[in-house]
Amino acid sequence: MLNRIHQTALTAFFTLAGLLPAAAAQRGQPSPWEIYFQPPATPIMEFIETFHGWLLIIITLITLLVTVLLGYCMYAFNAKRNPRPSRVTHNTPLEIVWTVIPVLILVGIAIPSFRLLYDQLTIPKSDLTVKATGTAQWTWTYAYPDNGGFSYDSVMLQDNERKPDQPRLLAVDNPLVVPVNKVVRVQVTGEGIIHSWSVPSFGIKIDAVPGRLNETWLKAEHEGMYYGQCSQLCGKNHAYMPIAVRVVSEQEFANWVEQAKKKYSAVPGLAPNNVASAAEPARQ
Amino acid sequence: MANAAAHAEHHNPTGIRRWLFSTNHKDIGTLYLIEAIFAGVLGGLFSAAMRAELAEPGVQFFHSAHAFNAVATAHGVIMIFFMIMPALIGGFGNWFVPLMIGAPDMAFPRMNNVSYWFLVAALILLVVSMFVPGDAEGTGFAGGWTIYPPLSSKAGQPGPAMDCVIFALHLAGASSILGAINFITTILNMRAPGMTLHKMPLFVWSILVTAFLLLLALPVLAGAITMLLTDRNFGTTFFDPQGGGDPLLFQHLFWFFGHPEVYILVLPAFGVISQVISTFSKKPVFGYLGMAYAMVAIDAIGFVVWAHHMYTVGMSFPAQAYFMVATMVIAVPTGIKVFSWIATMWGGSIEFRTPMLWAIGFIFLFTIGGVTGVVISNAGVDRSLHDTYYVIAHFHYTMSLGATFGIFCAWYYWFPKMTGYSYSEFLGKLHFWLTFIGVNLVFFPQHFLGLSGMPRRIVDYPDAFAGWNMVSSIGAAISTVGMFVFLYTIAEAFMRKRRAADNPWGVGATTLEWTVSSPPPFHTFETLPRIK
Repeated sequence: MLNRIHQTALTAFFTLAGLLPAAAAQRGQPSPWEIYFQPPATPIMEFIETFHGWLLIIITLITLLVTVLLGYCMYAFNAKRNPRPSRVTHNTPLEIVWTVIPVLILVGIAIPSFRLLYDQLTIPKSDLTVKATGTAQWTWTYAYPDNGGFSYDSVMLQDNERKPDQPRLLAVDNPLVVPVNKVVRVQVTGEGIIHSWSVPSFGIKIDAVPGRLNETWLKAEHEGMYYGQCSQLCGKNHAYMPIAVRVVSEQEFANWVEQAKKKYSAVPGLAPNNVASAAEPARQ
Repeated sequence: MANAAAHAEHHNPTGIRRWLFSTNHKDIGTLYLIEAIFAGVLGGLFSAAMRAELAEPGVQFFHSAHAFNAVATAHGVIMIFFMIMPALIGGFGNWFVPLMIGAPDMAFPRMNNVSYWFLVAALILLVVSMFVPGDAEGTGFAGGWTIYPPLSSKAGQPGPAMDCVIFALHLAGASSILGAINFITTILNMRAPGMTLHKMPLFVWSILVTAFLLLLALPVLAGAITMLLTDRNFGTTFFDPQGGGDPLLFQHLFWFFGHPEVYILVLPAFGVISQVISTFSKKPVFGYLGMAYAMVAIDAIGFVVWAHHMYTVGMSFPAQAYFMVATMVIAVPTGIKVFSWIATMWGGSIEFRTPMLWAIGFIFLFTIGGVTGVVISNAGVDRSLHDTYYVIAHFHYTMSLGATFGIFCAWYYWFPKMTGYSYSEFLGKLHFWLTFIGVNLVFFPQHFLGLSGMPRRIVDYPDAFAGWNMVSSIGAAISTVGMFVFLYTIAEAFMRKRRAADNPWGVGATTLEWTVSSPPPFHTFETLPRIK
């Protein structure tokens, strides 16, 4: 909650300063003049936001402390006010204090940070697996080994292809589709070049590295469209290979799978058994 | 008589013998500073071009994404290898390490010469790389200063531009390794009688620590880029999974060099700030030993944290947890430095001359860059912030605002000593305020962009990011004006020729360089000074 309060305070500050047109943060994509995270849509991203909220308070207090000390020195110890400098150059207790207190603060930060890291890297029992492959043609290929083994390409929409409500540089022709409130195992790899599969509202960023099968997980808690962008420099179209995920109800997902199976004819090499065995050495 | 004339000429060469065959540490320092100013203006104009492009959504300024990426790459490489390092280490290090330890010159004057000319050759190769084919899209290497394969391998960049970059880095690295050997030998062996290690000025400490970092880190880069070169040209597959290699091997090797590199950039600035704060507070540095050994600690820990640049590559929980903790530990010695600088000011009698403004600005901005570093040291949070503008903001607060403020601080502090002329306080302060306001406007909003998810290294961005990008670009325009004020400040000082005193800063300036004339004679300390 504190991070919410903090965010509200920051927003209020910038609104008062006239810099921030009152814009409600949109779920799943960035908003104009946004100064904080996009609204979280998974438990992991909620954890990140809460934890970062605490970090933000700590680092703001440290910065304020340094600023106040600097300001006081400039005020009280300028040559006019204090013509005779002191000769003090040591104060062992003080030096111990400013070594030990930062250590304690860091220990306090590290403990919840380990928890967050552990939660991110430990994949719960998953309900389905999807595989994202970043290709050498700056597109993403999505495969559904548990749902019939079909796969399809996801390509950014050009200006003349977009509907008015679709965001520029983010909307794609065929988004990844996942069911709401289900644990989805996401496997990521690259073909020929390193990309990075990232969706800010999910708190996910994982590199698509040739020769390596990385994996992570997500459990989206709200239906809707979620956008991200490739997050590893990959050449001329790096700015033009967005990631779009459509989160739908379980029923809608089942219907979509049936249509998708017909639309994208199953790829023989991606039969469920093959993928499962390939998936085992996943993370190292 | 003829002999005497020849003798004098040997000791006071002129023209090409003085500047091309130079073996004098002050002349070589000057050459380094001239090179750094040239590279800084070039790299600064590149960043102005990038901010012009990013001011609004869409692609307006560059003819292609490739060109944008090539300029962004060149900006990074130039600022790191050809601006910050030559200015702080080659320039001020060469000028003031021998003066501060009471040595007549560097230990290996001819090697000093070759270090400099290697660097010039490297810069020429880098500039050439921008005009030869990179990939099918155009000229120049567009894969970022981190030169990750496969983007930098034959498949990603078939043209000779990447090979030019590799050779440029090899030469710049060789230059730095030779320079590091020279500094270590000089500092360990040529201190004046009585100048023990624990009496050395902190700037000399900072150069000593930096030289060790260079000596240990750069050979690893050299190995990595040699492997990349043979992958590209001789059919090896160190980094190609199709031949049993691994692109992540390169990332590990690169960051084993790359992380110490960021301390190489900022440690000499720490040294400068310590000298300047002490001088203008008219107090000795607070906690001298703590300050010196904090730098040694940063140096040592800096070698074991590299993979915090790689949290998203798919490392295991234990690996990420280790790199997270090791990285956080660096905050402790860094905190000691910041608090000791403030304690040095505490009780002082502070004169707000131009160098002091840059030093106070440095402390404030480096603190901001430091605390955001603690945020992204957390692997779990970095998952959201990695490769976003938050990281750009973080490392520019430590580099563009930290190391560069250190450079300008040193520049104004030692300008009267190096040239014998006084700069205009008004112009120096104008330069400070334009830069301070400008760079904060550039980089503070980039924290917001990063939190909101804007990736790095993109030529065009979703429309929602437009607002803060415009603010950032306005800041870039202001700091570009600051850069021209800086150039005018130099020109004005040389035109007006106001004579500077040997010690223009008064009782606070206690180090040996203030005991010689301004500018110092061609040869200093022919009789070694004795330190009590």
